[in-house]
Amino acid sequence: MNVYQEELLDHYENPSNYGTLPNPNISHEEDNPLCGDRIRIDLIVEDDVITEVRFSGHGCTISQAAASMLTEEIEGKSLTEVKKLSRDDILDMIGIPLGPVRLKCALLALKVLKAGAYGIKGWPGEEE
Amino acid sequence: MDTSQFRPLDVERIRADFPIFATTPPLAFLDNAASTQTPRPVVEAMDAYYDTYRSNIHRGIYRISEEATAQYETAREKVAQLVNAPRARQIIFTRNTTESINLVAYSWGSANIQAGDEIVLTVMEHHSNLVPWQLLAQRTGAVLRFMEITDEGLLDFTQLQDHLTERTKLVAIGHVSNVLGTINPIQSVITAAHAVGAKVVVDAAQSVPHFQVDVQQLDCDFLAFSGHKMCGPTGIGVLYGKLELLEEMPPFLGGGSMIRSVEREVSSYAELPAKFEAGTPSIAEAIGLGHAVDYITDANLAALQVHEQELLKYAHKRLKEIEGLTLYGPSSPHQKAGVISFNMEGVHPHDVAGVLDTHGIAIRAGHHCAQPLMKRLDVIATARASFYLYNTIEEVDRLYEGLCRTQKLMTRSQRRSVG
Repeated sequence: MNVYQEELLDHYENPSNYGTLPNPNISHEEDNPLCGDRIRIDLIVEDDVITEVRFSGHGCTISQAAASMLTEEIEGKSLTEVKKLSRDDILDMIGIPLGPVRLKCALLALKVLKAGAYGIKGWPGEEE
Repeated sequence: MDTSQFRPLDVERIRADFPIFATTPPLAFLDNAASTQTPRPVVEAMDAYYDTYRSNIHRGIYRISEEATAQYETAREKVAQLVNAPRARQIIFTRNTTESINLVAYSWGSANIQAGDEIVLTVMEHHSNLVPWQLLAQRTGAVLRFMEITDEGLLDFTQLQDHLTERTKLVAIGHVSNVLGTINPIQSVITAAHAVGAKVVVDAAQSVPHFQVDVQQLDCDFLAFSGHKMCGPTGIGVLYGKLELLEEMPPFLGGGSMIRSVEREVSSYAELPAKFEAGTPSIAEAIGLGHAVDYITDANLAALQVHEQELLKYAHKRLKEIEGLTLYGPSSPHQKAGVISFNMEGVHPHDVAGVLDTHGIAIRAGHHCAQPLMKRLDVIATARASFYLYNTIEEVDRLYEGLCRTQKLMTRSQRRSVG
């Protein structure tokens, strides 16, 4: 099994929740200067629940598919639940082993979410 | 070029020296600008050191230490011959090109560069021939100036005359671009730099492994390269310097081996090359590099160059057949070494490399440690294939087919732009 299996490619080609929100409560964007992947996540949060989420940006299959999967996962959930999401949850969503370089791509969306939603600057990400 | 002077490479025989290719399907290793594979004779030479005369060099009063010293110094002589250095002691063993350049920046730079002095670079430098000069400029107040490139990826030579003034103390330039493959006209750069009294450092990491480089003919002041890009092991690099410069320069790293005598407060330093080789060096790796020099010179550097040119020409032709593929760098293979950088429209270079990997083809994708050049090319990253003496026309065909499959897989529907 390799990185370029159907499910990932489907998320890449037809991403869920792609776009931006006009009046988000939370909007945050980060990039990975090593490969130029860039992701922005917009959230609307009502009573601790994420009612709307969009992501935008560009990059490789892994970074974009992971962002798409993450937005599906968090929509409708409470921030408290979302706060518990870890590196391993993202890897479980992707479901295939990744090397260290692609790991950074996979975790970019989670990094953006954590930094935006909780102000966790410098989240250690892959070292967690 | 007259090819009757030498035998063409016997690529099949060469490949038999590399066990890594004995897989099914064979690995198509096209990332040689990053690091090359190691042939058996090089590994065996290093094994022989470990198995039969493993010891430290220069100080042992026993037979195997003398043997290790002799082998280490033989390697230095082989490297000196390879680049036609007048004397073996002008060859300093370092860890790699990066360390060689840092040695010059710290030792020569600290002694010779002052506030307001100018250091001329090109926009296509590898970070290893850029960051050491940024650090030197920050320490001293010197100014960095950059020669630009043309849209075709050639050095804009007209800028050289503007940049070279009496304030110029140093020109640091790559012989061959690790991204574009461009072979820079360093002979002319060196002549022009010397005319204003500037010294020249040549980053030869991408040239010495691939064609004959003669430091006396070039008249360069310093030249740096790495063992691991020329069939040698990692952990061994080379700095060549002009004798009078190396002799005047203060030490770089302090420690064992580099001293003559040590008192509590001061020391006097060893003669060249020991002055710049503090601590126990990479002994096995130096010996391995000596054998790597034998390996590529036995194969014949001129034949190697012709072989790489053939691969490059063929790769240019095949890759141009793919619609939506942009090639970077000189359009004529004659102006470049065996490096080909490209991007596939709508596909991130990481994905290009990732899909090719699933077909047993290893290429590079990223910024190639040349971020200012990426900015100049207005790209985030590129994919890059680079060749060496063991690569074949069939591997170029596999690259072509792999790219066609990548395109088919990754652009099944017209999706949003990947930037």
